[in-house]
Amino acid sequence: MANAHGYNDFSLGGFNFARDEYFAHITWETLDGRPMSHTMDAGNFLRALMRDVAWGFFYGWVNFDDVIGTVNHYNTVDLYAGSFNGPMKDAGINRTENFPTDDIRQLFEKMLADWTNDGFDPFAAPQETGSPYGHNNGDNMSAITRARELATRCVGLEGDLALRTDESGAPVNRAFADVPQDAPELHPEPGFENEVHAFNLFAFLSRSQVTWNPSFTSVVKNSFMCPTTEEHILPIIHGNDRVEWFFQMCDEIHWNSDHKETGEPLARVIMKAGDMAAMPAYCRHQGFSPKRSMLLVWENGNPDLVDDIKSGAAPQVPVQF
Amino acid sequence: MAHQYKTRFGSLKDYDKGRVEPINDDVRHYAFSNCFEIAENSAPYEKVVFGQNMEYVMEVLRAEGNSPWYTCAHDEFALSMDGEVEIHLVKLEDAQTIQDTEKHGAITVEGDPQGTNMGWMKLGRGHQGMLPAGSAYQFRSSQPGVIILQTCKGDLSIERWADICQSA
Ligand SMILES: [Fe+2]
Repeated sequence: MANAHGYNDFSLGGFNFARDEYFAHITWETLDGRPMSHTMDAGNFLRALMRDVAWGFFYGWVNFDDVIGTVNHYNTVDLYAGSFNGPMKDAGINRTENFPTDDIRQLFEKMLADWTNDGFDPFAAPQETGSPYGHNNGDNMSAITRARELATRCVGLEGDLALRTDESGAPVNRAFADVPQDAPELHPEPGFENEVHAFNLFAFLSRSQVTWNPSFTSVVKNSFMCPTTEEHILPIIHGNDRVEWFFQMCDEIHWNSDHKETGEPLARVIMKAGDMAAMPAYCRHQGFSPKRSMLLVWENGNPDLVDDIKSGAAPQVPVQF
Repeated sequence: MAHQYKTRFGSLKDYDKGRVEPINDDVRHYAFSNCFEIAENSAPYEKVVFGQNMEYVMEVLRAEGNSPWYTCAHDEFALSMDGEVEIHLVKLEDAQTIQDTEKHGAITVEGDPQGTNMGWMKLGRGHQGMLPAGSAYQFRSSQPGVIILQTCKGDLSIERWADICQSA
């Protein structure tokens, strides 16, 4: 049953979600039974929800802002409000509830579909999409159900993730019009055509239609190169459960690093072309990219790491020196 | 008319390094470095680790002249961040391949590589090439360039974190 603004209300456990023309309203009951509420800009809420859904709740914490978000336990997910906000937690007004992954995924997918209006693409940079605001107006299912682009060995190999082209619906982005589109020279001997292999990674990235949405482009065992193109603000504040690395390949991104339990500021990290930095496992981070830029996110996807993380054996810092 | 954007890449000759601005943290926990600065201070083909995630690493190589022939039991990937580099590939005969299929990282091939010529490739900036498991490969570069290698930490990996990372 749609509300006065044409949107459906949703609830999961003790959490309720409603949207109006400008805002998402999240309400919950505190541990001692008091009603509590939080308000988010509708566009920011949908951009965050989009990432959480598309990434299968990702690694660790997906903070929609400094109040609400999810923690991935890899077959269950915590939904929380205020639990990782120092003052709110101290005041006892927070709530955390655990759900089977399928339950929260299905609810989030329904909410994303219902609250996203025609013309608004939550993956697009703000200058490249329409408005998220107003009375319910259609949907944008094709934009919100994009498949993640995941190479299993390397982009461009036979049977693996294909190169991006004009014909495949991936024109060069306006901000990367000056990125060379040349292909590497390949001189395979007969029979080695699928082993003497290279591709233009920068050209591939210049044709990304989305922002803040890593693809897999090359894989060594469980080492995943996950490059992505970034413009404006990372729509979530990511609290990783493991060390994560960033390699800035062009232009620049400015990161806030805050303590992931409380949100207290820890550092700013200014990354320019050629810079490498790690995000320690105890932080949460959010990036600001003034111009569309190419960021290589480098993840360790070893499934055994989850046990090390649970037992506290996984390292919090990338290296001791 | 639409605004013309200028994409800023770095190079050995022209790069601008960012920084960590600590508020309440140890800057060393961010292992902040720059691939062009590392390559500027490296000998040709030193494999300098500038990212590590458990057994996995990212290495910076200064590409200059001909490298030794390397081989590795797993795939590796080379990304050119500056300059043009050729990669020549040979399918090694059993005697020279790494016997331990779980061995991490590249080793140098003893003597000339014996086996079938697989061909070669030339990478320019932004191009990423595959170094297939079990092959031997050699980098050749007439001008200094910068390669990023996605691999596992191995016998040839060099760690000098205190030299390459911001520490205060
Ligand atoms: Fe992250």
